[in-house]
Amino acid sequence: MTSAVATVPVTRRDRSTVVRTLLRRPSFVVAFGFLLLLLVLAVTAPLVAPFDPHAQTLADRLQGPSGQHLLGTDDLGRDVLSRLIYAARLALLAPLISVGVAVVLGVPAGLWAGLRGGWVDSITGRLSDTLLSLPGLAFALAVVAVLGPGLVNAMVAMGIVFAPSLFRVVRGAALDVAEESYIESARAIGCSTRRTIWVHVLPNIAAPVLVQTTILMGVALLAEASLSFLGLGVQPPDSSWGSMLEIAYQNQFKAPYGVLPAGTALVLTVLAFNTIGDSIRDVVARRRS
Amino acid sequence: MSGTVVVRRLGGGVLVLWLVSLLTFALIQLLPGDAAEVIAGENASAADVERIRHELGFDQPVVEQYFRWLGHVLTGDFGTSLSSGRSVTDLIFEAAPATLSLTLVAILIALVLGVTAGLIAAVRQGGWIDRAITSLATLGIALPSFWVLMLLLLPFAVLNRWLPATGYAPISEGFGTWLSHIILPATALGLASAAELARHARGSATDVLARPYIRTAQARGAGGSWLIRKHVVRNSAIPVITVLGLHVGRLLGGSIVIESVAGIAGLGSLAIQAILQRDYVTIQGYVLFSAVIVVVANLVVDLLYGWINPKVRV
Repeated sequence: MTSAVATVPVTRRDRSTVVRTLLRRPSFVVAFGFLLLLLVLAVTAPLVAPFDPHAQTLADRLQGPSGQHLLGTDDLGRDVLSRLIYAARLALLAPLISVGVAVVLGVPAGLWAGLRGGWVDSITGRLSDTLLSLPGLAFALAVVAVLGPGLVNAMVAMGIVFAPSLFRVVRGAALDVAEESYIESARAIGCSTRRTIWVHVLPNIAAPVLVQTTILMGVALLAEASLSFLGLGVQPPDSSWGSMLEIAYQNQFKAPYGVLPAGTALVLTVLAFNTIGDSIRDVVARRRS
Repeated sequence: MSGTVVVRRLGGGVLVLWLVSLLTFALIQLLPGDAAEVIAGENASAADVERIRHELGFDQPVVEQYFRWLGHVLTGDFGTSLSSGRSVTDLIFEAAPATLSLTLVAILIALVLGVTAGLIAAVRQGGWIDRAITSLATLGIALPSFWVLMLLLLPFAVLNRWLPATGYAPISEGFGTWLSHIILPATALGLASAAELARHARGSATDVLARPYIRTAQARGAGGSWLIRKHVVRNSAIPVITVLGLHVGRLLGGSIVIESVAGIAGLGSLAIQAILQRDYVTIQGYVLFSAVIVVVANLVVDLLYGWINPKVRV
């Protein structure tokens, strides 16, 4: 989780070159295209899904792939492909909730600690260490225990767990930026603190924050899948790839390959998030060096 | 590492644990509504609610409650389970060996697999082996451990019966029996960490290999595995160990799902059960115990750090 160190002020032209360099990387384009496709599928699910995801045909239980059911059916005879497409909505929404919470908590705290230093830095640092020393999933479980099972509760809890990692990145980057001479100059010519942060600090820490949030999206999706697999995340009749895996796992001896579709969708999506994060990190780091 | 550094690290660990204790204690206080009523359940009589309120000390001021609870915890008493009526400390100590076996074997697998792969990739930098290892590592990080376990179970336990599909056998039943139960879950749990360690090991070994003293050693005629062992492994171990420290918490969290798939009655299963039965006392004990493990593991990492890297021994 090392952050790219900002040493030069970022200009608008820099940003457009970064985007152009990114678009020349095949891995980035494929990953971005995949997520875009997922988004389109999620939005247009009722139009593109071949079946109603909740329609049960008990006669067709646990079937393998066929012309009618491309990815087979589950234990209640529901079409796996249609369920996969509908669950793409949660696969994008759930990580957004967690990462949103983490950004709201971690970024201002990191800025505050990095720019202010002193006691603010020590206290926020200790708090972040404390959260980091809790096994993330265990903490989420404890919160779910108090608030009750449910996707939103679980994802907000994960957001709290993720906040320290963003806090650290932002704090480190803000600390580096704060020492730059252009910040000093900005202050010297009477730039207000708020303006300094908006105009000078935020654009310069945007890259590490973007990298970290993209990677957290993948981690959050995995966490959502784990919690839903355990029955503590999404509640029936809604389903996520995690809860689909749970059903497939229960029937593993009757339909051994049923664990493949949801798992593959999960891995590809996490891979796409990670690839995008890695690409941005690479491109920005290369430009800086 | 000098004595003062050790003391400062210990102090930091204690401070973190104290904050965790506040957080865990707050857990029950944050229960929506009247905690005693929530714990007693919907069908409880008013007398039951009062009894619970008294037993758990909810009728006392919060500060007093906290210090009484903390006093018990410090003497190793995590309270009484609300669902089974047994001592939470006993429950935790019964469940801990399975989880610790799982986590330790997973760490071992992650270290051996990750560091070896990372070093090979660094030495063969730019070649096809490097590209293959780097791609596999990228894939490995994206794999959900519980899905990996299902995939591993498929050939080993579902389609064939080479290994047991579920359950845990303590090491006292024989090393082979223990290993046959733990190996698949531990591999699944450790794989993502192995992938991440491989990346870090590759990165730091690449840095080390580019340093002048390596070129000097090569110029002296040193090469091959001796060079790697003597200079590269030790010097590139430092970032790897730091990362490993961060992974202990993640592995403990991951073991919750792995235990559920593998049917292992460990700490994770204990926690899930407690959540489903709204057994808050057990949940508190679980969170606190997990935090202790993570803090201790990070202390060990800090000490290892000083042992491997003489520069930190101030």
